[in-house]
Amino acid sequence: MRTIPAQTVIDKVAAMCIEANRELPEDILKKFKDSQAAETSPAAKEIFRQLIENAALSRESGLPLCQDCGLAVFFVEMGEDVRVEGKGLREAINEGMVKGYKEGYLRKSSCDPFARTNTGDNSPAIIHFDIVPGDQLKISMMAKGGGSENMSRVMMFPPAAGWKGLREFIINRVAEAGPNPCPPILLGIGIGGNFELAAINSKKALLREVDDVHPDPEIAKLEKELLADVNKLGIGPMGLGGQSTCLGVKILVAPCHLASLPLAVNVQCHSARHKEVVL
Amino acid sequence: MAEHHLKTPLTDADIEKLKSGDVVLLTGTIYTGRDAAHKRLVDSLDKGEALPFDLKGALIYYVGPSPAPPGRPIGSAGPTTSYRMDTYAPRLHDLGLKGTIGKGKRSQEVKDAMARNKAAYFGATGGAGALLSQRIKAAKVIAYDDLGPEAIRELTVEDFPLLVINDCHGGELYAKPDLEAALG
Repeated sequence: MRTIPAQTVIDKVAAMCIEANRELPEDILKKFKDSQAAETSPAAKEIFRQLIENAALSRESGLPLCQDCGLAVFFVEMGEDVRVEGKGLREAINEGMVKGYKEGYLRKSSCDPFARTNTGDNSPAIIHFDIVPGDQLKISMMAKGGGSENMSRVMMFPPAAGWKGLREFIINRVAEAGPNPCPPILLGIGIGGNFELAAINSKKALLREVDDVHPDPEIAKLEKELLADVNKLGIGPMGLGGQSTCLGVKILVAPCHLASLPLAVNVQCHSARHKEVVL
Repeated sequence: MAEHHLKTPLTDADIEKLKSGDVVLLTGTIYTGRDAAHKRLVDSLDKGEALPFDLKGALIYYVGPSPAPPGRPIGSAGPTTSYRMDTYAPRLHDLGLKGTIGKGKRSQEVKDAMARNKAAYFGATGGAGALLSQRIKAAKVIAYDDLGPEAIRELTVEDFPLLVINDCHGGELYAKPDLEAALG
């Protein structure tokens, strides 16, 4: 049994929270540049110019990319042959997150749902654990802002709705959200599973690279077609019109109950901040 | 589309010349306020208490900045989504608020309140908080310190870059989604 000191987890998590909030992933930045070149509208081009400049400034100055540094969401894959020593893994991840948000001058956005009083340290981190074979510990972190999260939905369809029903719902959702979630967006789509699994999968799907291709050719085709169709909405960057409403559609499928066709649409803003570390 | 250099406080004449799509470079004093601060402002009005700043000619920026690192007046400071303040905005416009700064759509009630009070809704680029913070020269908390990022701050801005989303003449900048084309 391999062991990892809890302090290593704390320090790695703190660093990844800071980096995620200051360094836009390269694939997203490249997508901004490609989209800027492809856009014909001057307003859309100008938004991309600002976003590219913002990313460079954030990296250089240490100011977070966005003032909404998000709730800190973690997907953890814990090998069966590894254990964390000194503290519980949940406690270590939360402690690392608190440290990172404090030391990185990141905004704390977690509050009591009724009193609306800020918890003051962005805790608790939202952590999804999975147990996998092997002796590695893989931690993926997303800084997920409230504006795009508010535009997300879960819908339990009857099986008869089929892909046609899901597709219509997703396109209508993006249309209704319009400029609110900071387009150009990414769409994480969870299909199947049950009520909560669809939602978790829709978020997990957003960890993929923006231009990667789904290993299942059928799903890859749906992603490609849906992306093209969503971009026909013409909402454009920040809702000012243009071809880039959505940068990528990522679908994660799971088997579901005979009676259900669950769908979750997790909307991600253009500041698609995530980071991964393997210990 | 015109470009305007405006100074706070804003007047009826300032607002009347604005058309949706115009660029505004704003200089002067603006106030931050988002969800929790708006609730407190309206609670104060209900109780007949004075507000922490004068609404006449004022602008509210819907923002909860990140903490200021050493040597800077403020952290990142881009707009939050505006619709969440729609329930409060008409009342504040009726009391003299001349403009709000945010991102995303407004309700018809807010648009009506802007038309009747000669006020405007400005968009700043969402997710460009590091860049926008460069135009903020000073910041101080003037109310509700306990709200942390949601406290009301007085900001001194120089040439703060805005787009007129809704003008006081009924103009609207946001593109209407082409559902027919997308659904096919």
